[in-house]
Amino acid sequence: MKQQVDYELVRRRAAARKRVVHGVIYVLLSLWAVVVLFPFYWMLLTSVKSYSEYNSEAIPKFYTLSPTLQNYVDAFSQVPLLRYLLNTLIFTVATTAIMLAVSVLAAFAFARLSFRGKDVVFTLFLSLMMIPNELVIITNFSTITNLGLRNSFPGLILPSVTSIFYIYLLKENFAQVPDSMYYAAKVDGTSDLNYLLKVMIPICRPTLITVGILKVIECWNSYVWPRLITDDEAYYLVSNGIQEIRENGFGRENIPAMMAAVVVISVPLVVLFLVFREKIMAGVSRGGTKG
Amino acid sequence: MVYPLIDVFIYSVEEGYNFASQTYFDVGLYNFSYVLHDPYFLQALKNTLLMVVITVPISTGLALLISVGLSSITALRKLYQTIYFLPYVTNTLAVGLVFMVLFQKTAYTDGLVNLLINWFGGESVDFIDGPYWAKMLVLCIYIIWVVLPFKILLLTSALSSVDESYYNAARVDGTSSFRIFYKITLPMISPTIFYLIITGFIGAFKEYSDAVALFGTDLNAAEMNTIVGYVYDMLYGDSGGYPSYASAAAVILFAVVLTITCINLLISRKHTYY
Amino acid sequence: MKVVLEHLTKQFPARGRKSAEVTAVNDLTFEIPDGKLVGLLGPSGCGKSTTLFMICGLQTPTAGKIYFGEDDVTNLPPENRGVGVVFQNYALYPHLTVRENILFPLQNFKGKDKLSKAEMDKRAQEAARLVQIEDLMDRKPNELSGGQQQRVAIARAMVKMPKVLLLDEPLSNLDARLRLQTREEIRRIQKQTGITTIFVTHDQDEAMSISDEIVVMKQGVAQQIGRPQEIYDDPVNLFVAKFLGTPPINTFRGRVAGGRLYIGEDAVLTLDGVADQEVSVGIRPEGFVPRQDGPLHCHLSGVEVMGRDVSILSTNPQSDNPTVRAIINAESRVDTASETVRFALKPAKVLLFHRETEERIPFQNGQAL
Repeated sequence: MKQQVDYELVRRRAAARKRVVHGVIYVLLSLWAVVVLFPFYWMLLTSVKSYSEYNSEAIPKFYTLSPTLQNYVDAFSQVPLLRYLLNTLIFTVATTAIMLAVSVLAAFAFARLSFRGKDVVFTLFLSLMMIPNELVIITNFSTITNLGLRNSFPGLILPSVTSIFYIYLLKENFAQVPDSMYYAAKVDGTSDLNYLLKVMIPICRPTLITVGILKVIECWNSYVWPRLITDDEAYYLVSNGIQEIRENGFGRENIPAMMAAVVVISVPLVVLFLVFREKIMAGVSRGGTKG
Repeated sequence: MVYPLIDVFIYSVEEGYNFASQTYFDVGLYNFSYVLHDPYFLQALKNTLLMVVITVPISTGLALLISVGLSSITALRKLYQTIYFLPYVTNTLAVGLVFMVLFQKTAYTDGLVNLLINWFGGESVDFIDGPYWAKMLVLCIYIIWVVLPFKILLLTSALSSVDESYYNAARVDGTSSFRIFYKITLPMISPTIFYLIITGFIGAFKEYSDAVALFGTDLNAAEMNTIVGYVYDMLYGDSGGYPSYASAAAVILFAVVLTITCINLLISRKHTYY
Repeated sequence: MKVVLEHLTKQFPARGRKSAEVTAVNDLTFEIPDGKLVGLLGPSGCGKSTTLFMICGLQTPTAGKIYFGEDDVTNLPPENRGVGVVFQNYALYPHLTVRENILFPLQNFKGKDKLSKAEMDKRAQEAARLVQIEDLMDRKPNELSGGQQQRVAIARAMVKMPKVLLLDEPLSNLDARLRLQTREEIRRIQKQTGITTIFVTHDQDEAMSISDEIVVMKQGVAQQIGRPQEIYDDPVNLFVAKFLGTPPINTFRGRVAGGRLYIGEDAVLTLDGVADQEVSVGIRPEGFVPRQDGPLHCHLSGVEVMGRDVSILSTNPQSDNPTVRAIINAESRVDTASETVRFALKPAKVLLFHRETEERIPFQNGQAL
C-alpha cells in the first residue's frame, strides 16, 4: 500500500513540473513575439500620429487618440513615393519574369537535353555559387558603366536575371519528372519546347511559384545594386527611395511622415507573405539565404 | 564563367586604373598596401570583426532556444512561427528606420528605448549619433533581429525531423530533459547548426545594408562602415571612383571569408557524425 | 513480474471538427503471467502498438488500469516503471557507438541507484554477451546490419534489467532469413533471463512460433487469448480463424439441415448439436482428403508441387475465395488431367460460423461422409 502512495506522488510531481515548464516556455515565446512585432506596431502607430502630436511627446505614448491619415497624404505628395513604388514594381515584375524564363530554359537544358560536356558545364556553374556576390558586383558595375546603361531599367534588371541557385533548384525538380514521360511525348511527336510548356512547367508549377515569390521578395528589398547603378532619382527603387527620404525628404524631423512611407513600402510584402506563408517558408527552408 | 573572379583580381593589381580611359600605370601590390593603410578600411575591418564575433554566437544561440521552445508546444505554434518569420520578408532599409526612431535621441524626445532605460534608472544614450559602443550595440541588435527568422525556420524544421522514437526510447530509459537535449537533440541537429554558423559568418562579414538602414549612407562619418560598405564606397559613392581599391578590398574580404569558412568546415567535420 | 490490464481503453481526440473520436483500444482485459512471452497479434491499426505504448507509459489510457505485479502503474511516467523497450526502427542513437548506446540507460540512474563506471561497463558487457555482439562494441549503428542493430537494441533494453521487456514489431525490418534466426534468438534470450516479455506483431507466423500466449486483436478489441495451438484449432470467430494459419483457411457458404452439413448440393459431414441454419464453413487447407468418391466436388484448376507438400488449387461456386487451396502430402496421387477433384473432409479441421455474427458454432460427433 505504501508503494501505491509513492507512485501517485511521483506522477503528480511530474505533471506539475510539466505545467510549470510549459508556462515558462509560453511566456518566453510571447516575449520574443512582442520583440518581433513591436517595431511593426510602432511604425503603424507613429504613422497615424500627427506631426505636432508626435513632436510634443517628450515621453512617447503607446497609443494615439487622434489618428490621422495626413502623413500618408504627405508621403505621396511631398516626396516621389509613388514614383519609387512604380519603379520597384516595374523592376520586380520584369526581373522576376525574365529570371523565371531564363531559369526554366537553363534548368531544362541541364535536366533533359544531352549535349557534350553537360556535366562539366553544370559543375562549373555550381562552383560559381562559391564566388562572393561582392566580386561579381564589381565586374558587373564596370561592365554596365562601360555599356552606358547607368540610370536605366536594363542596367538595373540585367545583372539580376540569372540566379544559379534557382536554376539548380529547378533542375533538381525537373530531374524528378520520369524520363518515360519525355519518351512518351517524343513518340507522340511533341517538340522539346512544347514538352517543356505543356508537361514540365505544369508539373513543376509549385516550385516555379515558390521561386517566383522568393525572387519578388528579393527584388523588392534589393538595395546595393540599385544604389550603385542609379544616382538619378527618377530611377530610384523603394530601398534607395527610403534612404533618400531619410536624408533629404521631409526634413529629418518629420518622423510620422517617414513612418507612413515605411508602412506603404512594407505592406505589399507583408500581405504577400501572409497569403503565401506556407510556400515562402518551405522555399526558404529548402536552402534560401537572405540577399 | 569565372570571368568576374579573374577580372577583379586583375583590377586589384592594376595601379592607378582609370575608368574613363581604361588605362593604368603599373602592375603591383600597391592597391593592397593602400587599402590596408587606409584608416577607413581599418575602421571597417574592426567594425565587421566585432559584428561577426557578437552577432553570430548570440543569434545562433537565441534561435536554438526559441526553436526548442517552439517545438515543445503544440497550441499556437503556427501563429508564433508566422510572427517570428515576419522580419525575413520586410525591407531592411525601411524597418531600419523604425529601429532608428526607437533608439534615437533627438531634440524633442529621448526615444522609446531610452524611456525604458530611464525606467530602470539608467541614463539616456543616443544610440544613433552617440558613442561608438552604443552604435555598435544597436547595430548588433538590429542584425540579430533581421537574421533570426531564417535561423529559427531552419532549426525548427531540423528539430521536427528528428525521429520521435529516439525521444521515446530515451524517456523509457528515464533520461532527464537536459540530457535528452544535450546527448540526442543537439548531435542530431548538429549539421544544421554548423550550416547556420557557417552561413552566419559569411553573412555577417558581408554586412552592409543594415548599417545603412540605421546610420545613413555616409557610414565613414558615423564610424560604422563595414568592409562591403568600404568596397562600394570605393567603387562608387562619396569617396568613389577607385575600382582598383575596391577590388583589392573585395579580394581581402574574399580571402578572409574563405579562410574562416574552411576553418569552420574542418571543425564541423570533427563534430558531426555524418 | 506479472502484468495485468483491466478494462484498458484509449481514445484519441477527433482530428477534424466532423470526424468522431477514434477508439484505438476498447475495454482490453487480460493478464500476462510472470516470465512468459506473449504476442499481441492483429492487422495494422488494431490498437496493438497503442496497447504496448500504454504498458510502457508513453501514452496514458483514457480509462482502465495497468498493474505490474500488485502496483498500479497506470499513470506512472515511463522512467519509473522499469520497462525495457525495443522500438520498431530500433531508435539506436546514430552518433553514439554501440557501447555508448548500451551504456545510455545506465548513465541516467540518479542518486542511490547510480552505478560506478566499472559496474556500468560490466553490465554493458554482460548485455552484449547475452545478444552476442561483444566484438561490435566500438562500431556506429550505421555500420551494422539490420540483424546486428536489432541485437544492440535488445541489449540496450536489457541492460538496466527491466521488469518487463516490450518489443514493437521486432522483426518487421529484417529480411526473411534473418527473421527466422532472430525470432529464435528472442525466444532464447527470454528463456535465459525469464523476463516477462510482450511483443507486438502483425505476422501470425511470428506470433505462433515463439509465443507462450497470443492475444489476437481487432479494432481495439481483444478477440481471443490463449496458447497458439489452441487458438489455431479452436478460434472463437471467423476473424481469428482467417487471421491465423498460412495458407489461410478456406471459407464456403454452407447450410446445416437434419444433422448434415451441406456445401451447395454436396452433403459433406454429419454432425450433432447444431440447429438447421445457414452457416459459414471454414476448412483448413490440411483438412481436405482427395478421394475418388469424396462428397465435395470442386473444379480442378492447378497443382503446385512444393517438395514436402502438394497444393491442389480448385474452384467451387460456394467458396468465398476465388480459389480453394488444399494441402496434401506429396505421396498422394492426383489425376491432373481430370476436370473435377473430389474431397472428403477431416471433421476436426472443419469450423462452423454463424453467417451474420461470424461467431463460432460448436458441433459434436462430426463424421466424414
